[in-house]
Amino acid sequence: MGSRVLALIPLLPFAGFLVNATLGRRLPKAVSGGIACGLMVVSFFVAVMQVWTLAGMPPESRQISQTLFTWITAGDFSLDLALRLDALSAVMILVVTGIGSLIHIYSTSYMHEETDPDYARFFSYLNLFCFFMLMLVLGSNVLVMFVGWEGVGLCSYLLIGFYYLKQSASDAANKAFIVNRVGDFAFILGALLMVTTFGSLDFTTVALAAKEMPVEATFGTISLITLLMFIGATGKSAQIPLYTWLPDAMEGPTPVSALIHAATMVTAGVYMIGRNAVLFEHAPMTLGIVAVVGTATALFAGTIGLVQNDIKRVLAYSTVSQLGYMFLAMGVGAFGAGIFHLYTHAFFKALLFLGSGAVIHALHGEQDIRHMGGLKKHLPITYWTFMIGSLAIAGVPLLSGFFSKDEILFETFAGGHQLLWIVGALTSLLTATYMFRLVHLTFHGEERFGGAHGHDSHVVPAHATHAAPAHPTHSTHGTHLHDAPAPMAFALIVLALGSVLAGYIGVPPALGGHNALGTWLEPAFQATNCGAPVTTGPLAGLAVENCLPGEEPGGEHENAGLELGLMIVSSLIAFAGIGLAWFLWIKNREIPGRLAAQFPGVHQTLLNKYYVDEAYDATIVQPIKLVSQEGLWRGFDVKVVDGAVNGAGYLVSGVSIVLRLVQNGSVKTYAASTFLGAVAILAYYLWR
Amino acid sequence: MVSLGHYLVLSGLLFAIGAAGVFMRKNLITLLLSVEIMLNAVNLAFVAFGREFGTVDGQIITFFVMTVAAAEAAVGLALVIGLFRHRESLNPEAFTSLKW
Repeated sequence: MGSRVLALIPLLPFAGFLVNATLGRRLPKAVSGGIACGLMVVSFFVAVMQVWTLAGMPPESRQISQTLFTWITAGDFSLDLALRLDALSAVMILVVTGIGSLIHIYSTSYMHEETDPDYARFFSYLNLFCFFMLMLVLGSNVLVMFVGWEGVGLCSYLLIGFYYLKQSASDAANKAFIVNRVGDFAFILGALLMVTTFGSLDFTTVALAAKEMPVEATFGTISLITLLMFIGATGKSAQIPLYTWLPDAMEGPTPVSALIHAATMVTAGVYMIGRNAVLFEHAPMTLGIVAVVGTATALFAGTIGLVQNDIKRVLAYSTVSQLGYMFLAMGVGAFGAGIFHLYTHAFFKALLFLGSGAVIHALHGEQDIRHMGGLKKHLPITYWTFMIGSLAIAGVPLLSGFFSKDEILFETFAGGHQLLWIVGALTSLLTATYMFRLVHLTFHGEERFGGAHGHDSHVVPAHATHAAPAHPTHSTHGTHLHDAPAPMAFALIVLALGSVLAGYIGVPPALGGHNALGTWLEPAFQATNCGAPVTTGPLAGLAVENCLPGEEPGGEHENAGLELGLMIVSSLIAFAGIGLAWFLWIKNREIPGRLAAQFPGVHQTLLNKYYVDEAYDATIVQPIKLVSQEGLWRGFDVKVVDGAVNGAGYLVSGVSIVLRLVQNGSVKTYAASTFLGAVAILAYYLWR
Repeated sequence: MVSLGHYLVLSGLLFAIGAAGVFMRKNLITLLLSVEIMLNAVNLAFVAFGREFGTVDGQIITFFVMTVAAAEAAVGLALVIGLFRHRESLNPEAFTSLKW
């Protein structure tokens, strides 16, 4: 089914970007922020209406598409700039526009201390990000997705480096961009291989073509395509080995961390796998790699999160860890579960980031949890919403994270990946522990932010940007702490409600639900083509007979007992983690310190993030620098390139030293040479 | 009977005298005179060929050469006057500053 308003969803934020990027400097904050938020909210409503229309269609033909124009025509290959809304992208656009709107609203207050031009710049970037993200999820072919994919990377770069005068921020922005380039390069290779293999980049066409092919038992072309695209996903979605940029990306303003580096952009890789589910299903080897990488990342990042002291970095490692969960789900073929976790994670992680933003805002830039504590009574709204988010992410029963995480763990176990399940369960223990460590150190216990904070050596200078100058009185003990202002509180409360309720659209049959989200998503992972017949590529004409309804997702009832059992186990794990955190950071405060002293090696390794940055620096950055400096610069450029250029000059001037003797200014010499020349030519013709 | 060969030998002799004058004399005016001798040696050869082959081409081209020679003499003498005002000398070796 066609649509004329689908393009409005991305174009509205783009309009906001244009206004704020061109006129923003001259607009007061209320106008530039109002435009940005207003357009996002309108975009959200358009998205809701479109999804409503979509929901009214029969499940196997749920597609709304809009072709804007034909982009590329080359021989028999053609590519449209086309948008397509289906069950999967519907979930994504609701997350992007919905949570995006909330974060825009939150930002109007959070960024209020910036100057007018900076404020407008911030919102123009934020709007541009939403535009690209929506293009990414709505694109009907790999190239449109790639435009969005690169665009969100650009916006991520711009927003991480928002305080571009700060060295650490601009370094972090560069790191994010460069690390992402590595993944993007693999993504491009995967897309090119897809064109040469299937002759098309359209997701549906490729999926239908892949469906005709056998599942690859060995490592074949589809495995290579999917593996390359997964490498792209490891860059964008911060998985091993390309995850290192995400924790550094916390240099950006906190709403950016919430929107881009927690809720939306970093989930693009998960979405991409879901979008190409048929392709990935035909490459079991790649799926295995995806599952293992995801699980390893989940555990790895979880252990690092346990000892970090920067409130945002703990959340960043938690994000990496949760993304690992999503990839685990994708890897075991539970695409619906992965997208479900993506969706619930967007709520509670955005909530946690915004909550941490409210704490940082209240403490005027303090981000070190060792200098917090006891904030519960000063920041009640922030505390309670943060608590809900923590309970949700820890997997406490009946909150959203519980449903999605359990579905992933159940699918992993049911799929016969017991080892991955054990690691996943261990990670979930870690998740509960580090989240409640964060809660306890930030909100409970004694107040440590009075004398210790200020501009002494404890405060990382990085945070000074939106800190001190506006509030000269901030070092007076605690009394000036203000809880989240209205727009921030609004966003926090809505997200907290979402974190509680979002899981109920995916209640598993074992708990008497219908897994509505799973059923809704099911057709999107099958290659059905009822909505739009294929018109281009080698499969033109292959259409309506493929209109099979998806397999009934009901065959899990016999596993209900197993699922219930696993649920109880993981609930116990969640409570154990919370209890452990309470025991270590409330009851016996000296134990963590003693453990750290007893195992200094382990503690230092974790504190230094397994020295991965150092290892990359030693194995990749420094050799590249060395080769660039000594080889390419001092060797090739100076010796070969400069040598060739200067050599040409030296050659000319050397020959000239001889040749210019001829031009001695004497008319007679010239006459003589002319004469001799004439004689010589004459002689040649006479005697040849 | 004066044959073509005689004319050409005379022409060659005149040309050689002119060329020798150009190379050996050290006075710009003499140089110009020598150039005139060379031109007239060529004129002689043209006329002789024209007579031999019974055409007027040789005489026509001679007129052209004479016209050019007249113009060249006018320009050349003007330059010589200019150069003399500059250096108080007519020796061509005095005018070698136009070089690298």
